[in-house]
Amino acid sequence: MKKFDKERVLLAVAGPVIALAVAFALTSVVLIASGKNPVEPYTLMFEQASFSDIQVLIINQASMYYIAALAVAIGFRMNLFNIGVDGQYQLAAMIAAVVGAHVNLPAFLQIPLLLLTAVFTGAFWSGIAGVLKVTRGVSEVVATIMLNAIATSVIAYLWLPSVFGVKVGNNNTTGEMHESGWVPGIDLGAAGEIYGLVFLAVLLGVVYWVVLNRTRFGFDLRASGASESAAAASGVDPKRMVLTAMLISGGIAGLAGLPILLGDTHTYSLNFPTGIGFLGIGIALLGRNNPTGIAFAALLWAWLDKASPELDFHDYDKEIAVIMQGLIVLAVVVSYEAVREWGLRRQQRRVGAELAAGHVLGATASATGIAADNNAQKEVAGR
Amino acid sequence: MAVNGQATAVELAGITKRFPGVVANHDIHLNVRKGTVHALVGENGAGKSTLMKILYGMQKPDEGTIAIDGEQVTFSSPADAIARGIGMVHQHFMLADNLTVLENVVLGSEKLHGIGGKARRRIKEISDRYGLGVRPDLLVEELGVAARQRVEILKVLYRGARTLILDEPTAVLVPQEVDALFANLRELKSEGLSVIFISHKLGEVLSVADEITVIRRGTTVGTAVPAETSPRQLAELMVGSELPTPQTAESTVTDRPVLTVDKLRLEAPGGKALLDDISFTIHAGEVLGLAGVEGNGQTELVDALIGLKHADSGVITLAEDEITAWPTRRRREQGIGYIPEDRHRHGLLLEAPLWENRILGHVTEAPNAKGFWLDPKSAQEDTRRIVEAYDVRTPGIDVTAASLSGGNQQKLIVGREMSHKPRFLIAAHPTRGVDVGAQAQIWDQIREARREGLAVLLISADLDELIGLSDTLRVIYNGKLVADADPATITPEELGSAMTGAATGHLEHEEPPADGPAKTSADDAADTPANGAEETPADGSAESSADGPAATQANGPGETPADDPAEAQAGDSVETPADGPAHIPSQGPAKTQADAPEDEAR
Repeated sequence: MKKFDKERVLLAVAGPVIALAVAFALTSVVLIASGKNPVEPYTLMFEQASFSDIQVLIINQASMYYIAALAVAIGFRMNLFNIGVDGQYQLAAMIAAVVGAHVNLPAFLQIPLLLLTAVFTGAFWSGIAGVLKVTRGVSEVVATIMLNAIATSVIAYLWLPSVFGVKVGNNNTTGEMHESGWVPGIDLGAAGEIYGLVFLAVLLGVVYWVVLNRTRFGFDLRASGASESAAAASGVDPKRMVLTAMLISGGIAGLAGLPILLGDTHTYSLNFPTGIGFLGIGIALLGRNNPTGIAFAALLWAWLDKASPELDFHDYDKEIAVIMQGLIVLAVVVSYEAVREWGLRRQQRRVGAELAAGHVLGATASATGIAADNNAQKEVAGR
Repeated sequence: MAVNGQATAVELAGITKRFPGVVANHDIHLNVRKGTVHALVGENGAGKSTLMKILYGMQKPDEGTIAIDGEQVTFSSPADAIARGIGMVHQHFMLADNLTVLENVVLGSEKLHGIGGKARRRIKEISDRYGLGVRPDLLVEELGVAARQRVEILKVLYRGARTLILDEPTAVLVPQEVDALFANLRELKSEGLSVIFISHKLGEVLSVADEITVIRRGTTVGTAVPAETSPRQLAELMVGSELPTPQTAESTVTDRPVLTVDKLRLEAPGGKALLDDISFTIHAGEVLGLAGVEGNGQTELVDALIGLKHADSGVITLAEDEITAWPTRRRREQGIGYIPEDRHRHGLLLEAPLWENRILGHVTEAPNAKGFWLDPKSAQEDTRRIVEAYDVRTPGIDVTAASLSGGNQQKLIVGREMSHKPRFLIAAHPTRGVDVGAQAQIWDQIREARREGLAVLLISADLDELIGLSDTLRVIYNGKLVADADPATITPEELGSAMTGAATGHLEHEEPPADGPAKTSADDAADTPANGAEETPADGSAESSADGPAATQANGPGETPADDPAEAQAGDSVETPADGPAHIPSQGPAKTQADAPEDEAR
């Protein structure tokens, strides 16, 4: 029944494509309404994407978006909404920066140490929300939002010169990390340098797919997301699953800031990028919680971010890109639900039609040489 | 069809409605005369609801015509139907509790008589005219069920209905209220209104209807006039004479206990006992049937056995092992199979492909997993095997579970559970919402596994199924096992009285009436395939009942439809245990049995 496989791919692609088309169209409407050329900004931005230095920027940015979105996606796969990725990655990056500035091991130990520090910090922070949910029934949405605010305060505290902070001019930093913790990038000369941890992002995507689709744990997690009651009846301990998923989500989130931290800034300062966790929510949505989909979505987002500054030089507002990101998220939510329902109904119709035409599995299987006793099956089909 | 000169109010001719892959209604003919109560009877899932949805404009027929007062019409929404004087009283009331009766009645029809004094006068007028006794200023939440129903009736009359559709109106009423309702209906028809009365309770139908149309497997199989028809004839017409009866052959019970439950107690938060002092033993090769009106602790018992709820006290033992504290997964791995009561909530991932559903519940076991890793290939291969061995009708294993019909979903679940060689099987309503063909197959599977030494806990609302399959019968009432019985001698009626708490202890069989116990429970049978599938289609059709049910035999086993998914899901949850006593299947047949034997030619 490859037909149904093909159909699933078609449906998976239809949602984002419709959403993007709608978002582009609506952005054009905004441009027209403000009396501007509705097409030129896109040409300008596409043009940007052809410059190698912009490409490097896009890839670097996308790697962080990608990791953050994976963290959100793993929650989504079991109906958990981890809004706290933002706080988790910032806190994790700061703690990693502090450790990197105060511990000096050989690189082959230092880098894993920093990665693990970030993972555990992120998991600890999301774990608080997880524990609150399974023991006290606190909604993880509320808890993680609160924890974001608390993380900001904790970071401000750690920045105090009397704690771990180092003032550089007006900037708060955590001091420069030891060089053993720097992850070398790929030097492309004038175009810039691709962060070494871009490969970590790719690896995480692969691991994400394998764990979800090829392990027992992944099956339990997906089952919990698809139907909590059916999962419980199948033997999943719902509380444990919630806590585990929160911990994994937070652990991945902890890594989201590291590509830039270990690859470029080497310190956690006021200039460190913020808001990646929130963008990750939109990216995970657009990517349908699928590692490949998320990769495309992350690149798209990074492109909008990195190509839009050029608009300012041509008398357009670069905020057009932000408008577009917002519209994409809106359109995505609507179009996915519509496509999902349409797909379900369509499949039911088709299954009905196939059955009515006598295409019961036995007959098909015999054609592919799987069924040994296709005669019996034909009898069944012919009834 | 006997038409005694009175004008026709509603005429449906040749109505056919197809749902994905199935035919829900096929060539239906219905002729309702003015000033009569016309009963539409048929088993649950026979297609009554679809037909009424068509008449009420909620669905469009694929073929056929609707004529109101002799004039052909097409409805594209209920508003059209209301405008033509069709009104529907739903089984589940559509009233806002926190509004008054007056407000509920005018809601949505403010244009008719406003919302003030004029509307109140009109309500009083209708109420007095038909003896409904509705007081417009009471809050709906203060009203009892019967009064709410009268408000619903008044609501449709207020909107000018000349033909009322009442969908299973007596399901929620106690006997005295039923009599009052029937008095109201007589009032309505004496004023020249027509009533379409949907039911599967034959006694009621015969007492109130002027004419009866029987619908089976999606098509009208005959009409009858109550005065000339016995309940038994009607029952035969309704279920067809081929109603399969589950009969277990020789006993396979051994003396090896597989599941022992000792003094099990389960409490609701707050300490109220949901289950109390439950003790029983099921041996290898034994089917223990648990009878009871829904909501008396069956669900909790299943939850406690599968490990979804943990006992507050008591001991559960599986063969040698005490499993009281085991989590669900360990229980399932160790050989407890589970056919859940609500397959959509507990048995399937509706939007996942069949092969993933084959993994569900057995993710740690071969062939689904190798150690930590899933083994999709073997799982898929094994899914194909199950699909073939258990006759699951599907074009492939990659389709979602939601696109299969209820019966095929259930066959997949049965196949899945049986594939892991359970020692103990929990079968909760295993044939609920399943078509007749699948029902027989599922019974066969259970019987076969029993022969091989499986211990089964069978919970069912279908007393014939319980009596036919079980080796031992227990009755659960109010969280306690109150009675036991020998399925070889007990009749559904006797069992039924124990289910209401009226009889306890060991139930002794009394001498049956002359015509014997067989088939007396057509009413029960009609009661049981309660939900899930809304319509059972028929692929062939029998035009008239001239030669009785035999004419329909050619159809072959009908497929239960891949029902409208939303509807199917809603359907399963609709069944509320709360209205339990109204459903006690024993009442009807006890009555019908007495006047059964007269055999009139049709």
